[in-house]
Amino acid sequence: MHPLNANVLLAIPLLPLLAAALAGLGGRVIGRAGVHTLACLAVGISCVLSLLVLRQVYFERAPLYDHAVYGWLVSDGFHMEVGFLVDRLTALMMAVVTFVSLCVHVYTIGYMADDPGYTRFFSYISLFTFSMLMLVMANNFMQLFFGWEAVGVVSYLLIGFWYTRPSATFAALKAFLVNRIGDFGFLLGIAAIAYYTYSLDYRTAFAAAPGLAHALLPMTTSSAVPALTLICICLFIGAMGKSAQVPLHVWLPDSMEGPTPISALIHAATMVTAGIFMVARMSPLFEYSDTALSFVMLIGAITAFFMGLLGVVSNDIKRVIAYSTLSQLGYMTVALGASAYGAAIFHLMTHAFFKALLFLAAGSVIIALHHEQDMRRMGGLAKYMPVTAVTCWIGALALIGTPFFAGFYSKDAIIEAVGASHRFGSGFAYWCVLLGVFVTSLYTFRLLFMTFHGKERFRDPAAPAASPALSHEGHGHDEHGHDDPHESPAVVTVPLVALAIPSVLIGALTVVPVLFGDYWGRSIFVLPGNDVVGRLAEEFARPAWVSFALHGFISPPFWLALAGAVTAYFFFLRNPEWADRAEQRFHWLYRLLTQKYYFDWVNERIIAPLTRGIGIGLWKGGDEVLIDGVMVNGTAREVTWLGSVLRLVQSGYLYSYAFWMMIGLALLLGWFVLQLRG
Amino acid sequence: MHALLSWLIWLPIGAGILVLALGDRNIVIGRWLALAASLATLGLAVPLWAHFDTTTPLLQYPQHLPWIPRFQAFYALGVDGISMPLIVLTAFMTVPVVIAAWRVIATRVAQYYAAFLIMEGLMIGVFAASDALLFYFFWEAMLIPMFLIIGIWGGPRRVYATIKFFLYTFLGSVFMLAALIYMYVKAGSYSIASFQALPLSLSEQRWIFAAFMLAFAVKVPMWPVHTWLPDAHVEAPTGGSVILAAIMLKMGGYGFLRFSLPITPDASRELDLLVIALSLIAVIYIGYVALVQQDMKKLIAYSSISHMGFVTLGAFVMYEIVRSTGSLQGAGMGVDGAMVQMVSHGLVSGALFLCVGVLYDRLHSRQIADYGGVVNTMPMFAAFMVLFALANCGLPGTSGFVGEFLVIIASFRASFWYSALAAVTLILGAAYTLWLVKRVVFGPVLSPRVAALEDLNGRELIVLGALAVAVLVIGVWPAPLLKVMQPTVHHLLSQAVATKL
Repeated sequence: MHPLNANVLLAIPLLPLLAAALAGLGGRVIGRAGVHTLACLAVGISCVLSLLVLRQVYFERAPLYDHAVYGWLVSDGFHMEVGFLVDRLTALMMAVVTFVSLCVHVYTIGYMADDPGYTRFFSYISLFTFSMLMLVMANNFMQLFFGWEAVGVVSYLLIGFWYTRPSATFAALKAFLVNRIGDFGFLLGIAAIAYYTYSLDYRTAFAAAPGLAHALLPMTTSSAVPALTLICICLFIGAMGKSAQVPLHVWLPDSMEGPTPISALIHAATMVTAGIFMVARMSPLFEYSDTALSFVMLIGAITAFFMGLLGVVSNDIKRVIAYSTLSQLGYMTVALGASAYGAAIFHLMTHAFFKALLFLAAGSVIIALHHEQDMRRMGGLAKYMPVTAVTCWIGALALIGTPFFAGFYSKDAIIEAVGASHRFGSGFAYWCVLLGVFVTSLYTFRLLFMTFHGKERFRDPAAPAASPALSHEGHGHDEHGHDDPHESPAVVTVPLVALAIPSVLIGALTVVPVLFGDYWGRSIFVLPGNDVVGRLAEEFARPAWVSFALHGFISPPFWLALAGAVTAYFFFLRNPEWADRAEQRFHWLYRLLTQKYYFDWVNERIIAPLTRGIGIGLWKGGDEVLIDGVMVNGTAREVTWLGSVLRLVQSGYLYSYAFWMMIGLALLLGWFVLQLRG
Repeated sequence: MHALLSWLIWLPIGAGILVLALGDRNIVIGRWLALAASLATLGLAVPLWAHFDTTTPLLQYPQHLPWIPRFQAFYALGVDGISMPLIVLTAFMTVPVVIAAWRVIATRVAQYYAAFLIMEGLMIGVFAASDALLFYFFWEAMLIPMFLIIGIWGGPRRVYATIKFFLYTFLGSVFMLAALIYMYVKAGSYSIASFQALPLSLSEQRWIFAAFMLAFAVKVPMWPVHTWLPDAHVEAPTGGSVILAAIMLKMGGYGFLRFSLPITPDASRELDLLVIALSLIAVIYIGYVALVQQDMKKLIAYSSISHMGFVTLGAFVMYEIVRSTGSLQGAGMGVDGAMVQMVSHGLVSGALFLCVGVLYDRLHSRQIADYGGVVNTMPMFAAFMVLFALANCGLPGTSGFVGEFLVIIASFRASFWYSALAAVTLILGAAYTLWLVKRVVFGPVLSPRVAALEDLNGRELIVLGALAVAVLVIGVWPAPLLKVMQPTVHHLLSQAVATKL
């Protein structure tokens, strides 16, 4: 029962920050090897310490740690602090973040070996690790917002890492702005909490939540809205930006412009799950607003199903995984909406491992093919890259929810929980997550078949032309097809294996305490009437990890997943011409999907020009015509008078005159002072 | 009797006169003298902060000498928690201006340095004066060097810009002078404290409030009297823009806090919605205008107006807080936020104008379209530019966040809608700033002139580095800044919500 050590907790985020600072400021002095050693070492120590914290918090039952590090500011009696809250939820997130980050750090040594921005990249990913840790370890909303924005900035910098490519800088800007729309809501939610509790500490807000459940916030003189629902929806809008939920999801597929290691770390495993984590952390608030939770569930359900469908038509290997991430984030959000916060975080954890694995495996393929990302130019790679292929298969099986694999436990728990929920919208959500299983399996096996199996198309010079949506990573494809692709070096494959192991085992190992047991303790709060997971736990005999998995074989999701796999086999491996025929038959659907439901079209063709139009209208019409034209220059129409002043000014004499006048004034004043002093 | 404030005022002015007397022929000495004087002034600001008593709202380092006995005007100085940080900011920001001009200014160099040093002393005088006539003297005198700076070293349309600038600010302050004289007649003294204690009827207060409003709204500047600022910035040399944005705009905010709120509390309460509405218009309307600017300096100038909207919003939102919650709790956060925003904006906008200056010195263009891909040739510069841009977007961890955060939280207490409208800056601010960064800094090198750019030299590195440190320190640990202001803000609140009727 030792309490957690404050210095250890401080070291966990600060070590990566230190590494980031040294790599960023002194990268040239330290050298490439120095930088990667330093960064990996710092994150490695952080990871070990995080695992120790996790052990202490769970096995040794260390008490909750909730203390300030330093006072950020005091304004009008309002205290804002930087501080840490470490409980089981935090400890789990810290372990996941640092572990995936460590794998990505190591992988980067291989993946970015030829990149001129090598040290800059390490600086960014270490800075990211620091920011993410500050986010999950926060004990107050100010620091949460700091971490929230800081991870957003690093994401912005990393998406635009290859800054000479216009598509990358565009994607970076887009990501930041869309996130800022979410942050707008988030900040208002924080302001509302500050309004009601006059504090930004979690514990104060949580303690106030039951009382706020019936409070009304006046909107106009005659209307008001339920305060807690407003707070929760505002906070969730922030989560919609960060965790890419419809309609704020548009930035995530474009974020694939960034190097693959960060797609794995930031845009799959950690940053995008910050919204999920935040809602789970705020469970004591959300629990008291059924309206907000229904909203959460509906948004999540739409994302889970409809974004998954987009993965079926994309040909860019990274974008397929990105759509899969959107869909899986939708699953987690649905779980949050069903009050199954534990299941959401459970899926967050398993997803972090297998999705990071899938991205890194995709990256391994991409480097083997000299920065080719189009799956139509792949095929048959299993023969050349056995480690990548096997680990990728493991990740895929985990993703589709094969019983006994990690993803099965968490995803089935979500589906069961939604099925058991009676909240408004749970019927719709249930169908979305259920059919989503088929879609998941379909795009996943399509990816596996098109990449690792079937005809070897990478030598084929007449392969289909790059589609406009396609992005080439790196430096073109000059060396294309001259030699056989070969397996990636150990710095790439070792992290793949390191992630493959938990992708298989972590679900079975942790399902009992995390899902059915008492792992969460008081870190997650569920009202007794909403506890769908608790009811689930009673259904399964011990050992639950076996009975749950065996039950999986006879439940609809398994058969849906199998159907997806079989469909993918026939359409994309056995008879690829079937896919073409389906595409022609359902042309309208295909077009809707390839246009990504026209979200980008609306943003780029309507909202962006409209915004610029307003700006130009206000500038030319407001400032130049109305204010300057009518008011200013109109009243001061004595332009001739201005002209005569102008001539004087230009003569040059006026300047010296004015100067001496000014100095004279100053001397006069000084003389007065001295004169009258005595 | 304490002479520290007098030293802060007269040391740079004296040095400025000396540099002027040395002339262009001895410019090497003059240049070093200017640097030494600006550093010495900054050095004097250190004890000003270090020995500042953070427990009292009373004026500190007071100095009181007869000046014009016939008018009961005194050479009276003293600082409190509102003026002291602004004096430190003034002393801090003059140093980069002097360094930035080192090799860049080619004509009338001695006069250039003299103008900035003299202006520094006069600006410190504005913040330090506790006698209204002395305040007015510094307030007007300060315009002259700025007028010269834009008029002599400015761009092609400098004459138009100078005259517009001069007319605007001069017309505004004439009304303020009338108000000051009126109160002098009633109070029999020019002491600002006596004005604050002077009982005034509501109609008197309204007139005085209007006169102050004209003077200060032009300085801030508030919509719709803001159009002089983009023109002045575009034509001003880099140093002029830096001082204009970093210090001169703060005089408007300072005036509201020093004069409008305590002297005319009832009129302020009555007309607060006017100020709040204009502030929110500034945040949103100007945010949209900034988005479509083609000229980097114009964009940052509009961004300044938008950011200064938070200052006026934070200063006046207290009345609405009292109105809607019936208590003063949280009202001080608005004023605190306004003050932090002033200091932060001074640093960030100053830094951004210096960044534009760095580019302008090399390419002699301010047009966004002439750049693109600067990061390829100037990676160090790009790092600073991105940092300051993010601070301009109000990124937590930089100074830009603190003030906006406090003001948004405070205005939520008044109304959800004030808070929501102010928070639109989160989106618009990021849009115009980062779109600028995207077009200037990122992308491939398209023009041969960009390809030939050279990265920061040591001089520029020191200047931008010092500003970056200041921006980050305030962002990470704003507590000391707020602690300094606390008793004064508390006192100001009690004055501002009291009634004089």
